[in-house]
Amino acid sequence: MIKENGKVMVHVENLKKSFDKLEVLKDISIDIKEGEVVVLLGPSGSGKSTFLRCINRLEEATSGKIVVDEMDITDKHTDINKAREDIGMVFQHFNLFNNKNVIDNIMLAPVELKKMSKEDAKAKAMALLDRVGLSDKADAYPSQLSGGQKQRVAIARALAMNPNVILFDEPTSALDPEMVGEVLDVMKELAEGGMTMIVVTHEIGFAREVADRIVFVDGGYIVEQGTPDEVINNPKEKRTIDFLNKVL
Amino acid sequence: MIQVVQNYGLMIVAALGQTLLLCLLSLCIAMIIGLIVALFNVSHNRALNFVGTVFVDAIRGVPLIVLAYFIYFGVPAGMKAMGAVDFRLTALQAGTAALSMNCGAYMAEIIRAGIQSVDRGQMEASRSLGLSYGQSMRLIVLPQAIKTMIPSIINQYIITLKDTSILSVIGFPELTNVGKTIMGNTFRPLEAWAVIAIVYLVVIVSLSKGSHAMERKLNVGR
Repeated sequence: MIKENGKVMVHVENLKKSFDKLEVLKDISIDIKEGEVVVLLGPSGSGKSTFLRCINRLEEATSGKIVVDEMDITDKHTDINKAREDIGMVFQHFNLFNNKNVIDNIMLAPVELKKMSKEDAKAKAMALLDRVGLSDKADAYPSQLSGGQKQRVAIARALAMNPNVILFDEPTSALDPEMVGEVLDVMKELAEGGMTMIVVTHEIGFAREVADRIVFVDGGYIVEQGTPDEVINNPKEKRTIDFLNKVL
Repeated sequence: MIQVVQNYGLMIVAALGQTLLLCLLSLCIAMIIGLIVALFNVSHNRALNFVGTVFVDAIRGVPLIVLAYFIYFGVPAGMKAMGAVDFRLTALQAGTAALSMNCGAYMAEIIRAGIQSVDRGQMEASRSLGLSYGQSMRLIVLPQAIKTMIPSIINQYIITLKDTSILSVIGFPELTNVGKTIMGNTFRPLEAWAVIAIVYLVVIVSLSKGSHAMERKLNVGR
């Protein structure tokens, strides 16, 4: 749900990223608007996850410019910790804090970063758990949860900081098939609520249904982009067609 | 043997106290040294990596007995040469320094391995929420690392307790030193060393049993 006259939330300009001699991102430029849901598709090794990780500087861009909500992520003088407070991230392997129970996982950042008092953070965490359907798991440890439950907690944890944008790095790839639905449902609800989302996924059905824009990435470039109807149903580029033939 | 215990019991108890004092002091300092050096070694700062690596290599490359001699005799001599005539080290000070550095170097490696055993995703998730490297280390990574480190740390503590005996060479009045005294006074080496060995054995075995019980307690509920 893109806002009318919405501002640009994520601006990426000529982004390049190399690991030693391996050039993963060759030249990526894209503007993502507030409230927009962008799904990145592409074969494995095409650089989708690397692109996502550059946006919150988990990977340092080799060159180019990334601006998120007017904060220049690629500028060395930017307080990256401050910038990250507003950029949520959900990981393929959940990465819940194993030494904390569910409620503490969610409360940790808001309390440590002095965004909220303990009481407020707890109330907010409980509300978020309710939203992802896990109120009864507040005291459980991550090791006691199923994959789908872990990922829903991870989404709640990201939401606790009230981020402006959330990055999803293959959020359902490590799940058993029967748990994919519950996570996608939560993401769908978020999208409908107007959250700006950048999602790397192989769930074509989700992309078709929820995305405002599909971006097909291959070989470190954006090959093709457009609405789900344009890219999934009527792809123009040969590489997109080949990819879709394999996954559909 | 009973005679040895009767005549020298008090002396042995006092020596045991000295041994435990030296060990406890050294372990506390070693823990701090080990943590700092380990953090140096896992950081992404090359200068810190270098300092940490040199420390660990240097200490592990020098026998404890040589290190003890160096600190006890060498350092005051060096200070004298530089003009600090009154500089002296007691056997306890020199012994604590030598043992802390020695144990600290091994502890650093244990802690480094522990930190590296924690999945990288834990640090990434914490950083992605906006927490600093230091906060992430303190709140997320170290608490998880400690659990995997406990058996190795207990092992290192026991080694350090036994290593206090080496400091008898700089005249520190710990158990082994007292063993030498008893042997010299009584001409009964078999009994003297049997008693000393039993004291070490009892202390170390009870400490390690106690630590294992604590370890089990810490693992409850996980």
